[in-house]
Amino acid sequence: MNQSYKLKKGLDFQLEGQAAQTLDAVLFRTEVALQPEDFHGVVPRVVVKEGESVLAGTPLFVDKATQRVKFVSPMSGTVTQVERGERRKVLSIRVQPDSKQASKSFEVTGWEKFSAEEMKQLLLESGMFAFLRQRPYDVVACPEDTPKAIFVSAFSKMPLAADFSYVVEGQEEDFKNGLRALSKMAKLYLGISPDQVNTAILPVKEADVRIFDGPNPSGNVGVQINHIDPVNKGEVVWTMAPEEVIFIGRLLRTGKVDFTRRIALAGAEIQEPRYLEVMLGTKVGDIVNGQIKKADHKQRIIDGNPFVGHQTSEGRFLGAHSTELCVLPDGGDVNEAFGWILPRLKQFSTSRSYFSWLQPKKAYNLDCRIKGGERHMIMSAEYERVFPMDIYPSYLIKAIITGDIDRQEALGIYEVAPEDFAVAEFIDSSKLELQRIVREGLDTLRKENA
Amino acid sequence: MLKKLFDSLRPTFTEGKLSAFRSVFDGFETFALVPDTTSKCGVSVHDSIDSKRIMSMVVIALMPALLFGMYNIGYWNAQAAGATDASFLEMFSFGLAVMLPKIIVSYLVGLGIEFIVAQWKHEEIQEGYLVSGMLIPMIVPVGTPLWMLAVAVAFSVIFAKEIFGGTGMNIFNPALVARAFLFFAYPTKMSGDSVWVTKDSFFGLGHQLPDTFTMATPLGQAAAGQPISTDLTSMFTGLMPGSIGETSVIAIMIGAAILLWSGIASWRTMISVFVGGALTAMLFNSVGAADNAVAQLPWYEHLVLGGFCFGAVFMATDPVTSCRTEKGKYIYGFIIGALAIVIRVLNPGYPEGMMLAILFMNMFAPLIDYFFVNSNINRRLARANNK
Repeated sequence: MNQSYKLKKGLDFQLEGQAAQTLDAVLFRTEVALQPEDFHGVVPRVVVKEGESVLAGTPLFVDKATQRVKFVSPMSGTVTQVERGERRKVLSIRVQPDSKQASKSFEVTGWEKFSAEEMKQLLLESGMFAFLRQRPYDVVACPEDTPKAIFVSAFSKMPLAADFSYVVEGQEEDFKNGLRALSKMAKLYLGISPDQVNTAILPVKEADVRIFDGPNPSGNVGVQINHIDPVNKGEVVWTMAPEEVIFIGRLLRTGKVDFTRRIALAGAEIQEPRYLEVMLGTKVGDIVNGQIKKADHKQRIIDGNPFVGHQTSEGRFLGAHSTELCVLPDGGDVNEAFGWILPRLKQFSTSRSYFSWLQPKKAYNLDCRIKGGERHMIMSAEYERVFPMDIYPSYLIKAIITGDIDRQEALGIYEVAPEDFAVAEFIDSSKLELQRIVREGLDTLRKENA
Repeated sequence: MLKKLFDSLRPTFTEGKLSAFRSVFDGFETFALVPDTTSKCGVSVHDSIDSKRIMSMVVIALMPALLFGMYNIGYWNAQAAGATDASFLEMFSFGLAVMLPKIIVSYLVGLGIEFIVAQWKHEEIQEGYLVSGMLIPMIVPVGTPLWMLAVAVAFSVIFAKEIFGGTGMNIFNPALVARAFLFFAYPTKMSGDSVWVTKDSFFGLGHQLPDTFTMATPLGQAAAGQPISTDLTSMFTGLMPGSIGETSVIAIMIGAAILLWSGIASWRTMISVFVGGALTAMLFNSVGAADNAVAQLPWYEHLVLGGFCFGAVFMATDPVTSCRTEKGKYIYGFIIGALAIVIRVLNPGYPEGMMLAILFMNMFAPLIDYFFVNSNINRRLARANNK
């Protein structure tokens, strides 16, 4: 029997435009690209030149620090542009796919017998290692570290998030093989939701499977780590998103990289919300082309889900870790009078000063307004209601704001990632940008500790 | 239409000659229209709750107590004048006429200072004073002169709130600081037996009473060792002399229901205050000296008399100045309730202890939190050291 955890704190809430479980493929690709910003914590050293031909699996850039983590092209073709921004920061490395699609081959025969070091080498060379993230700091893992464990969460309860149970259908063997590969490098934990217990992603005897039952953010790997084996100062754990574990499985089966992923195209402004099979790094415009509802109000494209994703545009590229692309009304052109007193029946709130508690199952069509001014933290224990970890989030946030590093350490900053604060940021009546605050706190701390 | 009005006025306030009033303009704009700023980072969608909504809910929760207070003012004025045939409307409108100037003065002075500070710091106007500004007129005796009210409001907004950084950063509850200021600066005007009934007529309403007229509150009577002239029903409905908002338990309970239901006040704090008060009163009942009339008050009378209910519901639960950890709230509330009764019973000078109990615990709230946060820190340390 797998150990299970019942979490009470958190918030489940529905947005309009949940993706229906049907699948289409996006084959039309003008360009694909890797955006180094998607791999937080890496200073990129570009190893290709504009005009150079690459195969799927050829490195486009490596990390400057160790030069061992390779970030590989998802498709074969010609490097069209190394896009740079302010202070020559690399924004994207773009590849125009060719028609024949050739892939670099990697030696995978007998991988079941690989040692930890051989497996790590394969993952580094094939670009798979780049998808491993580490805590503390929530950055790309460093191959020099020895993690105490690797954690994979097989579900997400974020609004509009892709349902991994559907994404993995037909690819269960690849997923399990990916887990087996990871388990060679460290002890592996797999967190699942109660409704995944009897699905084909199990059994995997190489992983220690734990069941997490509770509202969002119970699917966050950080929450699961906190309950299974919290990160102490000086320790490192690695995490990987389940969709990316499938990439490893495919590599082990074919010896070639295949970065096709099923994403959810969702949101109230999408004509037909559903799943799409897209290549990693596909241009956003190629995906949403003809999919967005015609409207005379502003719309916003979000790379990722509305809680942890970020605003993007048709000219940018699907994020390397993104499992959904959402389009919501922007709201910048909405005028709503006397919001402080009117009932506002269409709005969602966890506060019963609104009426959304009458319809707990209703899906809401929310726009991207902040709906209030930023204030000091006024309400007490507000974040604690939706933060299912043994941490005082409001005290930690204050320690980050005041830059008190000793106190941040004492209060558990090594255990958190910005995404763990997403639900708290959503319900925050003081409208503080919690994820930004945590991100900056982690980055500063990483510099200080370097 | 509102949008057009604000759009046409905006240039005058942002770069035009009225730019000194920019914060005030922003304040009124966000009051009329929900801000249309959209998220730049982090979560894209937000809960509709904001501090304006929260503060409005508290003001709404205060309304039953305020309306009853107005009626009570008129009732006691009529009683004292012997006009037993006064109609409900007469009594209420007299109370309204007495209260309105107090509320207006409180908001004018308090919000005026808030506007100036916001402009000076180039910040948005904070809504906290909307609540304090309503609370202050409700917790002073009805005989408080307007100029004293203005001085007290200015003192509390500047020295209890703004110097700490504004709403959310203050240590002491500003409304209670205003009352404490009045209490200690003008003791003769704030307690005793002559301040609980309005003696002047307002705008031709009500009755003129002689200056020498006095009327004691039930707690005042008890402290002086006199028999209490109010029966339990009146204590509950609130038809007794006292500070304007605090007398009616029923009206306060309606407010409490609104606050608890909307989740703005913490039920942990509120319940603990009542439990703390009741247990302490029972303790005094069983061991108290026979010659101390206050110690002999039954526990339920303690809870319905004076400012106990009002303090428990509207003051102790102030999220800024109370404990911020959920476990801490139990302790914080319990000690407030206990201390309030201790002050009532054992202190010969002050018949009422709620204000001082809450202010005292405001000071200790961070200390209580410290123990709970530190236990979390120690747990983390122990975990790391056991490896």
